[in-house]
Amino acid sequence: MMFQMQQIGPIQLDINGAKISAVVRPADTLLYALREVLGLTAAKPGCENGDCGSCTVLVDGLPVKSCLMLAVEAVGHKITTLEGLQDAPIQKAFVEHRAFQCGYCTPGFIMTCQGLIEKHPDADEDTMFTWLESNICRCTSYEEITGAVRSVLNITPE
Amino acid sequence: MIPFDFEYYQPASIAEAVQLYNDLQQNGKAPMYYGGGTEIITMARNSSIKTQAVIDIKQIPECQQLETKGQSLIIGAAVTLTAIAEANPFPLLTQAGSRVADHSVQNKITLGGNVCGTIIYHEAVLPLLLADSEVCISGINESRTESIHTVFDQQMRLNNGELVVQFKIPLEYTSLPHWHVKKTKLEKIDYPLITLCALKKDGAIRIALSGACSFPFRGRAMEKALNQPGEDLSKRVAQALQQLPGPLQDTVAGSSNYRRFVLGNLLEDAIDGLEG
Amino acid sequence: MDYISVGESVPRKDAWEKASGAARYNSDRIQPGLLHGALVTSTCAHGLIKSIDLGAALTMPGVINIITGADFPVLSGPVLEDHPPLASGKVRYYGEPVAVVIAATEAQAVAAVGAVNIEYEALPIVTSPLDSFKPGAPLIHERVDLYKRMVSDVYPEKDTNIADHIKIRKGDLPKGWAASHTIIEAEYDLPQADHIAMETRNVQAEILPGDEVVIHSSSQTPFSIRKEISSCFGIDLGKITVHVPLVGGGFGGKAAVQLELIAYMASLSVGGRPVKIANTREQDISTSPSQLGLHARIKLGADQSGRFTALEAIFMVDSGAYCDIGSRMAKSMAMNCTGPYRIDNVWCDSYCIYTNHIYATSFRGFGHLEFTFALERSLDKLAAQMQLDPLELRRRNALKAGDSSPTQVALTTSNLGNLEACLDKLKSLINWDQGRYISIDANTVRSKGISCLWKTSNSPTDAFSGAMVIINPDGSINLIVGAVEIGPGMLTTLAQILAEKMKMDINRIHVHMPVDTRVSPHHWKTVGSMTTYMVGKAVLEAAQDAINQLLSLAAMVLKVSPSDLDVARERVYLKDNPDYYMDIADIGHAYKYPDGNSVGGQVIGRGSFVMRHLTPLDPNTGRGRPGPAWTVGAQAVEVEYNRRDHSYKILKAVTVLDAGKVINPKHARGVITGGVSMGLGVATREEIIYDEQGQIGTSSLRTYKVLHCGQQPEYVVDYVETPLLDSPYGARPIGEHGIIGMPAALANSLSLAAGIELDQLPLTPELIWKRLEEEKR
Ligand SMILES: Cc1cc2nc3c(=O)[nH]c(=O)nc-3n(C[C@H](O)[C@H](O)[C@H](O)COP(=O)(O)OP(=O)(O)OC[C@H]3O[C@@H](n4cnc5c(N)ncnc54)[C@H](O)[C@@H]3O)c2cc1C
Repeated sequence: MMFQMQQIGPIQLDINGAKISAVVRPADTLLYALREVLGLTAAKPGCENGDCGSCTVLVDGLPVKSCLMLAVEAVGHKITTLEGLQDAPIQKAFVEHRAFQCGYCTPGFIMTCQGLIEKHPDADEDTMFTWLESNICRCTSYEEITGAVRSVLNITPE
Repeated sequence: MIPFDFEYYQPASIAEAVQLYNDLQQNGKAPMYYGGGTEIITMARNSSIKTQAVIDIKQIPECQQLETKGQSLIIGAAVTLTAIAEANPFPLLTQAGSRVADHSVQNKITLGGNVCGTIIYHEAVLPLLLADSEVCISGINESRTESIHTVFDQQMRLNNGELVVQFKIPLEYTSLPHWHVKKTKLEKIDYPLITLCALKKDGAIRIALSGACSFPFRGRAMEKALNQPGEDLSKRVAQALQQLPGPLQDTVAGSSNYRRFVLGNLLEDAIDGLEG
Repeated sequence: MDYISVGESVPRKDAWEKASGAARYNSDRIQPGLLHGALVTSTCAHGLIKSIDLGAALTMPGVINIITGADFPVLSGPVLEDHPPLASGKVRYYGEPVAVVIAATEAQAVAAVGAVNIEYEALPIVTSPLDSFKPGAPLIHERVDLYKRMVSDVYPEKDTNIADHIKIRKGDLPKGWAASHTIIEAEYDLPQADHIAMETRNVQAEILPGDEVVIHSSSQTPFSIRKEISSCFGIDLGKITVHVPLVGGGFGGKAAVQLELIAYMASLSVGGRPVKIANTREQDISTSPSQLGLHARIKLGADQSGRFTALEAIFMVDSGAYCDIGSRMAKSMAMNCTGPYRIDNVWCDSYCIYTNHIYATSFRGFGHLEFTFALERSLDKLAAQMQLDPLELRRRNALKAGDSSPTQVALTTSNLGNLEACLDKLKSLINWDQGRYISIDANTVRSKGISCLWKTSNSPTDAFSGAMVIINPDGSINLIVGAVEIGPGMLTTLAQILAEKMKMDINRIHVHMPVDTRVSPHHWKTVGSMTTYMVGKAVLEAAQDAINQLLSLAAMVLKVSPSDLDVARERVYLKDNPDYYMDIADIGHAYKYPDGNSVGGQVIGRGSFVMRHLTPLDPNTGRGRPGPAWTVGAQAVEVEYNRRDHSYKILKAVTVLDAGKVINPKHARGVITGGVSMGLGVATREEIIYDEQGQIGTSSLRTYKVLHCGQQPEYVVDYVETPLLDSPYGARPIGEHGIIGMPAALANSLSLAAGIELDQLPLTPELIWKRLEEEKR
């Protein structure tokens, strides 16, 4: 049977290790479903256009901008939001390195970093920048954020 | 937030997909094939497009293929740019794809979506154009395999309801000497001011460009001017600049005169790099 | 040993809230029953509204009501009341709100926006302050002279597009020119840019039975919201409550009151039900206010020894369609127009000018980035012409105690700081003596450029702040203030100030982060880098008040005089025998004698601060005291420039500020480098671009480009610490300052590298190419 969804209704999502049912429209983005339907507000809307990365979550371990994914597309995939991390090394590093000020881009940034650390624990400087340039931070100078990521990846700055 | 409703379908086969398209269209639902959805979602959000049904092709096995078969590299239309980069079967395609949008978005953008979309840059099509790729297309009545040069003319030219299933790239091209550079206005994460891809085949350089004109293209006439080894480089480049297939774009990203200046430099670098 | 807080990099109070995703911002309130308002915005930059057809939209699913400007004929504005929250009669910029659709869901509201039909009759548009200034320019506001003035010192000019005109007349200009050996003249143009706070502006409004108005907003100025709603709609101030949780970046952009007024009207129109209005990114750029644009003309002279003799400056501020706070920024530019340099003969005309651009509001640096660009570029030109070292020229002219400001404020070591010391540090940090133009190879050069900066605040003369210090039964303290945590960590700074004063562990100080205008003591606005100074002083006073209460109660119980006692480590102790003490936990909430009798009560310390000795500027000469003190600094940029394709890489950005006292080194560095980073964004790529019809072509982050990770230079930050004597622990404001000199320093560096004068922003390779091509011709 082909999977289909013709109108608003419940879907089963796997979020932060829990199976959760959410009532969404087929046209609802994952970002909308997380925040407005499930009350998981860590992922933030910043542009809803794929440009800023504030809404980044992990989908099967890879960072994805949840404004560019339909909630229904997430069925069958493992979604991790910042709420799903608990005292992860990258969170501690963000605190120690003062890698945020207003904190609004932080959930998305941390998820991009977490994805990088999980997938490429041996990432070099270039790979780090390639991943991190997907997110925008307007308060910090990025120096603090790269400092935090380097400390977890054990990269000594060039 | 998408202000209108649509239905979502996830067919598991090509036949199902094209049949669905046909049926939904007959029901007046203006269906769209849905790859990564990055363009569909962003354009739906501001109501630049309207559809009442999307057909997600990511569960169709052929669309997810990424393998070498005989003398061809097969890349399914629903393979993401990240997956292509990680497997890296065609380094020039990896390079072009790795500069589309940003890394997180590349986790979502599919090759088929980048080629078939309406945003004018289609940077990932440039290597396909240079490598004389073929496109496997399925419609309700027939499936066809066409040269990319036949179906990609400024943009993808598909018949109503046709699905791009996969791309077939002759293996010999995937390891040829190549060149890629993406120039933006200034910020790295931006649409191209000009993206240039080049391949060297049988001693001749092939050039494809995005951003220069309002559509991506392979510059065959430009190649002729450039491939005059004895000639002075600046003269070859100047001649090539006469052979553009359309006017240089004049946009907020760059005036046409500035684009001409930038393109001249990029061509010189590419020739230097590939001839040197 | 006493606890030390000031000078330590204590962690942010909100660190784990933010790192865990638990931090709540305004739009994270998910409230059942909330209605959604979607703005219908103008597609015409200047035009008469001929008709608005709501018929089709009103029948769309979920639509409850649609309001237009005609429903609410009110005007708003913090300086001049020139601004209808919803356009009425005419529109003055592309993107201006014209109507609001109120519907049950956001999707329904947005869907109905497309069905609202508005007809405009286009009027000629004005797209630059220079054109707008010309006689005969189309008038954007017909009777600017008749608008209600919310302050005494704003001077709109009848039958012009001038909303305000500030004059500085100091010394004797002809005498200055006569004494000049070299005079340079130049013009500069800066486009508008946008704040791009990561959280777009959003508001919820609700009117409770009994006419209580409740606003939830992502604002830097909760108290201004209350004031503007009250004055606009004639509601008792006390009936309005504004709630502001953590804010996702402000940079001045969330100081303007706009969506709050609209959301209030929307709620009123549906019987007070709660209505949410949230900007999309596109609306945040093209509907809510931006940074100002500037056209500047500078004429600067120096005598043979390179001492400045005279300055004539004309600033034409592009304030866009409405005055908002643009006129105060024009004033800021005027009052500091000389930069931190001694110039005895000064003539400055600073105009706040209407155009058909999006209206401007405060932006990090409050006009200082903009005029500093013009001035510091002029300095480099003068240095080149006189063959003087640009750093030496600046050093030679640096203001010192004993000099006076353009508005004739007497400068002291305390209120000015030490620019020369900043320049000396800068010189070694940027390796100035190695040369500022170094050829690397045929196509590559490295060059350095510098800029100085200074800034003082520009508040109302009676701006004030309050603070409340509440002792908990366990001896810990709750701190409540009216400042909004918009990012820089000011509430942590205030906790440090309090911990230092109470000589206690900062972890035992609990800061109430959200602001609730019904509970929180007043704070003027969270702007102008003034929180540490203003609220800090109120906190110190509140702490002293609490200490006094504790001492007198303890004195009674211990049968000593209060003057025998002191407070530290949550104890009140006998000064000459610290082992003789009482725990604050035992007296902060009344003291209970062994027999059960109790005395005292909860200790609540209160403190407040009001600006001292400020005066408005004299309308004819500009004489007056606009702010309490300055922060001075010097910045440098080193670039690697490619002569062939005019691309460049910023290698290093150095900032030296006279910070007075660095209260939290890591936070200070963060806020300064953050400012530098934003300054480099504005210098290199940020710009609102309009087409011929006045339509914005850069309204999304796809086209409006900010700096991304990986392209940042190496940052170097250092300090001079000349205490500001009347500030908490000597600290000077530093929150905005990193941004101020960056565009000028970069332009100075690139002008040198490319061998062409670069007098506009942003500094794209195309601009350099174009300027070189023009020069060839
Ligand atoms: C933040 C951001 C930045 C961007 N920057 C760039 C850039 O720098 N350079 C660049 O080139 N592009 C850029 N883009 C555009 C981007 O390339 C497109 O959004 C993307 O390529 C679309 O791919 P998709 O798989 O998401 O396609 P979808 O959104 O799924 O589809 C796009 C279109 O193609 C059609 N389609 C998809 N697959 C097929 C198929 N197999 N057969 C037939 N039709 C199909 C769809 O019906 C739709 O019309 C950017 C996009 C974003 C969001």
